[in-house]
Amino acid sequence: MEEKVTNVLLSGVGGQGTILASDILCSVFHEVGYDVKKSEVHGMAQRGGDVTTHFRFGKKVYSPLIKYGDVDFLISFELLEGLRYINWLKKDGKVLLNDQETLPPAVTRGTMKYPEGVVKTFRKYFKKNTFVIDGLNIAIRCGDARAVNIVTLGAFSNFFDIKEEVWEKNLLEHLPEKVHSLNSNAFREGKKAI
Amino acid sequence: MEKILQGNYAIARGAWEAGLKVACAYPGTPSSEILFAISSQYKNDIQAEWAPNEKVALEVAIGASFTGARSLACMKHVGLNVASDPFMTVAYTGVKGGLVIVVADDPYAHSSQNEQDSRHWARFGKVPMIEPSDSQECKDFTKLSYDLSEQFDTPVLLRTETRISHSFSPVSFDDRRESIIPIGLDLKDAPKYTMVPIYVRMRRVVVEDRMKKLEAFADEFKHNVMEINDPKIGVITSGVSYNYTKEVFPNYSYLKLGMVWPLPKKLIREFFSKVKKVIIVEELDPFLETEIRAMGYKIFHGKDVLPGFYEFSPEIVEKSIKGKGYKPPKERINPEEFPKRPPNLCSGCSHRPLFYALKKLGVFVFGDIGCYTLAAAPPLNAVHSTVCMGAGVGGAFGAMKALGKEGLGKVCSVIGDSTFLHGGIAPLMDIVYNKGNATTLILDNRTTGMTGLQEHPGTGFTISGETTNQIDIETLVRALGVKHVRKIDPYHITKAMEVIKEEIERDEPSVIITVNGPCMLHRREKRKFEHAYYEIDTENCRGCKMCLDIGCPAISWREVGDDEATTKDGHKRKGVVSINRIQCPGCGVCQQICKFEAIVPGKA
Repeated sequence: MEEKVTNVLLSGVGGQGTILASDILCSVFHEVGYDVKKSEVHGMAQRGGDVTTHFRFGKKVYSPLIKYGDVDFLISFELLEGLRYINWLKKDGKVLLNDQETLPPAVTRGTMKYPEGVVKTFRKYFKKNTFVIDGLNIAIRCGDARAVNIVTLGAFSNFFDIKEEVWEKNLLEHLPEKVHSLNSNAFREGKKAI
Repeated sequence: MEKILQGNYAIARGAWEAGLKVACAYPGTPSSEILFAISSQYKNDIQAEWAPNEKVALEVAIGASFTGARSLACMKHVGLNVASDPFMTVAYTGVKGGLVIVVADDPYAHSSQNEQDSRHWARFGKVPMIEPSDSQECKDFTKLSYDLSEQFDTPVLLRTETRISHSFSPVSFDDRRESIIPIGLDLKDAPKYTMVPIYVRMRRVVVEDRMKKLEAFADEFKHNVMEINDPKIGVITSGVSYNYTKEVFPNYSYLKLGMVWPLPKKLIREFFSKVKKVIIVEELDPFLETEIRAMGYKIFHGKDVLPGFYEFSPEIVEKSIKGKGYKPPKERINPEEFPKRPPNLCSGCSHRPLFYALKKLGVFVFGDIGCYTLAAAPPLNAVHSTVCMGAGVGGAFGAMKALGKEGLGKVCSVIGDSTFLHGGIAPLMDIVYNKGNATTLILDNRTTGMTGLQEHPGTGFTISGETTNQIDIETLVRALGVKHVRKIDPYHITKAMEVIKEEIERDEPSVIITVNGPCMLHRREKRKFEHAYYEIDTENCRGCKMCLDIGCPAISWREVGDDEATTKDGHKRKGVVSINRIQCPGCGVCQQICKFEAIVPGKA
């Protein structure tokens, strides 16, 4: 196993399933033999704020937090929340964006504007390493808008040589049985999306 | 077996494996999950209970320990302030069954009213303190804390920080081993447990002797670990700071302390003899640094370069130690320009109309600890002080004492149901006893909301969901001697304002309790609203933004073009409002505020 630790930053807004997605990542990479650490960075409980998790895997992981500027993969479930962490990415880092906007309070109150051209900004700095999916519509097609996080994980799985069975098994372990087939499907559709 | 566990869950696991019998806590971020994990996973072996506050939690754990049972009390850093009275004296009595007190610090005050460093309690109370650096250590250290507690006849403090309590990493599991100490009370133990002066003086000597023994033990403690790599620089550190430093300076030598009090003086001397220069990396106060300087050593770097406040991170450690040699990554854009997402009261929350009413009345609100601190933020701006649990009630009384009759109609205190039972009863008694005239508003949302919906003595349910005796807040308040007790529906703004105005102007103690306003996230209790949701009649909406004053996350405003620049009846407008149907629970608060009948019930 290579010594290098890989850093994955996940960001989104409360309710998008950021934490569940990072829990699944933790289980998958642990199962295939890596040391893993995960840390959730969010403010007061779950009150509509932004949610970020730091997920790291490698032979031996020390810090539960990623060093600023050291992110290998940025996964964002929401455009602004992705843009907020653009400086955290390494020069050759990869970004996976779910093309969805959730307006923050300053925008809905009409005092600030939602940033324009988020995807364009990422393409400017990360060209071929910018991957965009329409996670919401894929999730809706699969039967539930809440499966955006699983669709995104499906897309993310393309970056690694880990068997689909391992992903699927760990995915389902974190979800209630009645939504198993929906989420398996969401994962596979996500995998096809990039 | 190995599983990925949150630090708090690993502590619960460690306590269970150690044969824990009785666990008590009052919820507080970042410690709340420990007791929940115990009650949900190990309830057949462990009695887990929410106590009304941390002082009671510790006292219950102490009583259990005196019988020989292994016991646990968990709290956040400020919780130990509340529990400090029994804590300082149980340090003298010692224990029979192992007693571990988990105290979870919150550097950067992610969810706290201050940033205090709990290590001082260990030195102050003369008890050992253990500090894990990941989930595996959370489990292992909790377990060994019980042996330590019994071996040295002392309570043991287990200190975590937010980043340890709330991080996840792999943990290997072992089986539970029951304690070998037989359970029972012995009347002859009285001199050990009765801290009257004659026995205090006896135990005082025992405490001193114990500290000496613990100091010697610290030198042999296998989790005080020396790693000699590059001998030019050695780092003395503990907890999560070790991980941050090891991450950015893997080649330095390390003395990682698993026990941060008392310090292993021999081991520290040895470390100084093996490395050229020593850097001390610790979050918050210069605790290790002060002690090690007092041993007569020169420190190469400590708080001269590392911050003495806020939370650390790998780059803060790297930047501080490298100084001018640190090259920051290139900034692509300035994220400070983007709109933020501050936490907010949920849509439909019963606190929102109540604080809107208080804002309209223009009163100075002595707030408390809980979700209602969110009403301090714009646009509500309706909380004007927050100190600690229960402080609002006493604070409003003190202000009224100072203001005299001038204060009538201008002041009130606001406290939650769980918080009132935690720390609000004694100050309310004070108002009655000392002929005060302050008004206390108890916002009863039927749960401990902010920390994640824990039960409390007023809910009628225990931590495991069993029904139990329920403290009725109105009866309690009347028993304290409050004659004017009013109940209000927080969702009826005008009526609520009338009642509040009457009571704050009254020259006698009064209490107002909100009814039928359960937390929106409550699983058991739900407020039934008249309509499923509300929507905007865009023909009437003048875009005046009045409804935005309540800060509801479901309501948004947008600019309109020329084609929409007037209302149906010809009023000019710059924008219109819309309500997000998915987020709107139909509480109707915005409808009461709109002057132009532009907010109407949605068609079901």
